[in-house]
Amino acid sequence: MKKLILSLTLFSLLAGTVPAVLAADPPAAAPAAAPAAAAAAPAAPAKHPNAELVEKLGPAAAPQSDLRVGLDTLWVLVAGMLVFFMNTGFGMVESGLCRAKNCVNILAKNFVVFAIATMSFWVIGWGLMFGDGSGFMGKEGLWFVSGADNSPALGKGYEAMNPFSTTEYSGVYAAINWSPVPLWAKFFFQLVFAGTAATIVSGAVAERIKFSSFIVFSVVLVAIMYPITGHWIWGGGFLGANNFRDFAGSTVVHSVGGWAALAGAIVLGPRLGKFGSDGKARPLPGHNMTSAALGVFILWLGWFGFNPGSTMAAMNGSAISHILVNTNIAAVTGSLGALITAWVLLKKPDLSMVLNGCLAGLVAITAPCAFVSIGSGAIIGFIAGVIVVLSVLFFDKVRVDDPVGAISVHLVNGVWGTLALGLFYHGKKQFGDSAIANTVAALDTGLTRMEQVMVQLKGIVAVGAFTLVASLAVWFILKAVMGIRVSPEEETEGLDIGEHGNEAYPNFQSVGGK
Amino acid sequence: MKKIEAIIKPFKLEEVKDALSDIGVEGMTVTEVKGFGRQKGHTEIYRGSEYTVDFLPKIKLELVLPDARVDAAVAAMVKAAKTGKIGDGKVFVSPVDDAIRIRTDEKGDAAI
Repeated sequence: MKKLILSLTLFSLLAGTVPAVLAADPPAAAPAAAPAAAAAAPAAPAKHPNAELVEKLGPAAAPQSDLRVGLDTLWVLVAGMLVFFMNTGFGMVESGLCRAKNCVNILAKNFVVFAIATMSFWVIGWGLMFGDGSGFMGKEGLWFVSGADNSPALGKGYEAMNPFSTTEYSGVYAAINWSPVPLWAKFFFQLVFAGTAATIVSGAVAERIKFSSFIVFSVVLVAIMYPITGHWIWGGGFLGANNFRDFAGSTVVHSVGGWAALAGAIVLGPRLGKFGSDGKARPLPGHNMTSAALGVFILWLGWFGFNPGSTMAAMNGSAISHILVNTNIAAVTGSLGALITAWVLLKKPDLSMVLNGCLAGLVAITAPCAFVSIGSGAIIGFIAGVIVVLSVLFFDKVRVDDPVGAISVHLVNGVWGTLALGLFYHGKKQFGDSAIANTVAALDTGLTRMEQVMVQLKGIVAVGAFTLVASLAVWFILKAVMGIRVSPEEETEGLDIGEHGNEAYPNFQSVGGK
Repeated sequence: MKKIEAIIKPFKLEEVKDALSDIGVEGMTVTEVKGFGRQKGHTEIYRGSEYTVDFLPKIKLELVLPDARVDAAVAAMVKAAKTGKIGDGKVFVSPVDDAIRIRTDEKGDAAI
């Protein structure tokens, strides 16, 4: 029964792609009119803001436009590749912090989750998230990113993103028509973000989840849940339209992954032997701290694509630099905050806590990085480092078993970062023309800090309620229909053998492995 | 023939091996083990959870020698492995019924 459901899920996913592959290429995007011709159209009601410059440049305008788009695209794609590489970091962190007998399974989950995310986001996720539609979800251009679209043409109000073109955006992905790059660049960049959200879940459910159930959950997460909440915030939906801000995804990516992870950990239950009959948590130490530490360094580097890349354009060097420095400083102060907290509370500076602290800082700065000062970023990161240590201890106390601290890093600090955006908001209301929140990708709301905090809070609650409830529902359904947890015998032997028939370290013998 | 089994601190392995080599002992088998005697473990914290480390890493050496050489070997091992601090380990001597060299089928003292 369970194998049947898994097979049907995978088959329908793959089968759904066959029509796309066999069909002719989607109709070519509306050809970009020659800039000069557009500028010369006499009956246009209002002159395009770039028309004068384009006219003046004459035949030089088109190559200039191409160069501009090329540079923007280069930045977006390279940043996207850095974010893709974060999957390596996640794989190394998770496998390092878990036991050797489950190493293959964890790596396999990390591999398959990106594959699932790519397919799900391609088939329908992109469309639900960025297609024109209601405040709740996209409705146009749903399937296979094939809606009409003439990117890199820019939408009304965004003409300054490419002063050398007078082509207006025409298509069904208007929510993202402020970015001067081609459609597939937008897709790739957003895809690797979706993949990041999905892989967060794998850490919290590690060492006891059934591989097949994890696959099915990931499909639902990236095909439906993630795109819907993403639509609310980045896709033209009701949160973004009402002054909710999340620059690179503390809520969209990290808290969504975190809520799904929390739901999974709750429905799954703790690992065997994690909690004694007295309720006290027992440590199940990771098997490779080298892997975990190097993994965090890789994630840190990847975040240099995650945050600065979210400008989705290259030309505002000041903005990109500001965001990158903010990202870095939060990682640093997050590490320090966790280091100090662990040292004080737990008597020794536990490396796994410091690593969690670094990631917590990065998660927390993800939303505010383009909206706050560097000083604020440092504070936000430090507080994140303190919070993550306390959160790890808290979840052990309430008997939610999270082998790698994914919930504490991504959910708790995703929420903190989203709130911090409001608390430290550097907007025009307070700072006038010197406001940091004044770029296309980081649009000012005109609110005071406290007003912004209230807006952020509403978004946190909306996304949290939806994602948690939906995730719990899916996990419970999967539990009833196909089971989500391996047998106790398999869990004791190790999922590497049970789920995959592989061993990660076949020639090593370990004494007293639990 | 006697079998000598010694549990020693891991960093003492080279010293013990050299001491045995100096008196002409040419073979031994070594295993990485964990253990404790009266030396108590200690408490550590991993991600906020306490655990006791009872089992400490040790090295077990095993060698089989003719009766005449046992006392000298044991004395050399004890001298080389001693630090004077708790956890130095123990040496056990037990009788061996037979020994066979696999390559040549030699038996008894000729095999060791």
